[in-house]
Amino acid sequence: MSGSFESLLARLRGGDGARRSGLLLIVALMLLALAGVGSLPTWITLTLAGLAMGMMVFIMASGLTLVFGLMDVLNFGHGAFISLGAFVGVSVMAALGPWMESASLAVNLAAVLAGAIIGMVVTGLFGYVFERLVVMPVYGNHLKQILITMGGLIVVEQLIYVVWGPDAIPIPRPETLKGALTFGDVVLEKYRLLAVAVGLVIFATMTAVLTRTKIGLLVRAGVENSEMVESLGYPVTRLFIAVFIAGSALAGLGGVMWGLYEEVITAHMGMSVMVMVFIVVIIGGLGSVEGCFLGALLVGLMNNYVAYLAPKMALGSSILLMVVILMWRPEGLLPVAKGR
Amino acid sequence: MSDRLTHGTPLRPPLLSLSGVHTHIGQYHILQGVDLDIPEGQLTMLLGRNGAGKTTTMRTIMGLWQPSRGEIRFDGAGLAGLPTPEIARRGIAYVPENMGIFGALTVQENMHLAARSGPMDSARLDWLFEVFPALKKFWKSPAGSLSGGQKQMLAIARAVIEPSRLLLIDEPTKGLAPAIVSALTGAILQLKSFGATILMVEQNFAMARAVGDTVAVMDDGRIVHRGLMADLAADKALQERLLGLSMDMHQ
Repeated sequence: MSGSFESLLARLRGGDGARRSGLLLIVALMLLALAGVGSLPTWITLTLAGLAMGMMVFIMASGLTLVFGLMDVLNFGHGAFISLGAFVGVSVMAALGPWMESASLAVNLAAVLAGAIIGMVVTGLFGYVFERLVVMPVYGNHLKQILITMGGLIVVEQLIYVVWGPDAIPIPRPETLKGALTFGDVVLEKYRLLAVAVGLVIFATMTAVLTRTKIGLLVRAGVENSEMVESLGYPVTRLFIAVFIAGSALAGLGGVMWGLYEEVITAHMGMSVMVMVFIVVIIGGLGSVEGCFLGALLVGLMNNYVAYLAPKMALGSSILLMVVILMWRPEGLLPVAKGR
Repeated sequence: MSDRLTHGTPLRPPLLSLSGVHTHIGQYHILQGVDLDIPEGQLTMLLGRNGAGKTTTMRTIMGLWQPSRGEIRFDGAGLAGLPTPEIARRGIAYVPENMGIFGALTVQENMHLAARSGPMDSARLDWLFEVFPALKKFWKSPAGSLSGGQKQMLAIARAVIEPSRLLLIDEPTKGLAPAIVSALTGAILQLKSFGATILMVEQNFAMARAVGDTVAVMDDGRIVHRGLMADLAADKALQERLLGLSMDMHQ
């Protein structure tokens, strides 16, 4: 009995308390917004929009936070994978035009899935080349990492112009994902429901991999103390490459989903979204996937509530949220204690 | 240099030997020609004042810092230039000064990662639970929530769960309460009784005397004395000359 009590205390000291604080913050924000909005149906619609945005930003940000945590690499080129994924995915979906226009949900989802998978494969492979050519030569030097990865981002944007042209490309959503479901006064956009579902599946999969597989444990251990992981006989560089590829592929998936969400894609969409991605990574605590998830939900919800209540404050609200959280927890919601 | 080891005491061939090892960290020349032999089946203490180069020696052996000159041979094969994971896989386990515990992982997960070659050996695990009962009690708890002494026990348990040829332990008693130091001393003596080869850095002279077979003393990046631990423990003048104060003053 006393053993289990001590074990519970140990778990609370070990991070459950911080996790609970993050969740309470989300609940508090939702309740505050409910009071501000004043209408339950509108609040539900805004909450769904916020959750959908948060899930998509989480998908894009999760790889970046692990890349930073594992090898201390600041990859400002992460936005390139978002843009590239969107363009590749949309090209695939455009080629599957009849599937996108079908009245069958299954066929529509198959088209989106094909675009997402091919987008992820291409960005994953591109991530491998980017890591070897651009990132590897600047391991351990933050200034060079920022400069060269920004340069890489610009080069990729220009390559997108070369292949797909300079104009924004509109993407109609698949037929059955257009419009909204209505329940009385509550309006739930279908695509946002899909985005929330995909985000939850990705988060659950990542959590399962990180907590139930040896490679996941190694990634978490490496984020905390890569030197010790090497001292136990595991090569961290190989692990990092694998994480970089997975993070790039997830950014590509995020790009496809963000493109369908905005219904238009541009070469610089990645760079535009990166502001929000960095805010989420910082709020969550560098290197923490769980923190990134909580941070993304907070930013998504805050953005949508404020956009409704005070539209001009929308982007500023995310920055304000980051400032407030950093004043409360200077290392983010769920920081990873660095052991090296 | 006093060197009773090479004059009369019969020894097994060294498992690890460092010859003329130099290590630079940035512009600093830390190790300035370290010569050190670690006999198999013995516990060698590496002593010296702060900043003498003890931790750098450990890290250089592990490949965490590469030597700029000199040779490190382990079981007859050269180690210099090899990456750290390869050195670990050749049979050298390391407990760093900061313990290197993965605080976000549970005690069980920490041990699971250390058992590189597969599932943990149950007999070995039972023995570790016997020596360090706290590990069993907090098996499912995050390692970051353990006390300093419990973390040190986990660090040592993690280093021995996988069979290794040589164990490097850097200042295991640093910052620990006397009761915990006593438990750790008992555990290390048990490890010794199984024939483990250990190189240990330690500032606690009482512990060094209790567990050490042989000793090497470092100063300014070099080994300035090698001999039997018992001889150093008995010679106060030598202790004061090499370490700045006698062991008795530390007890």
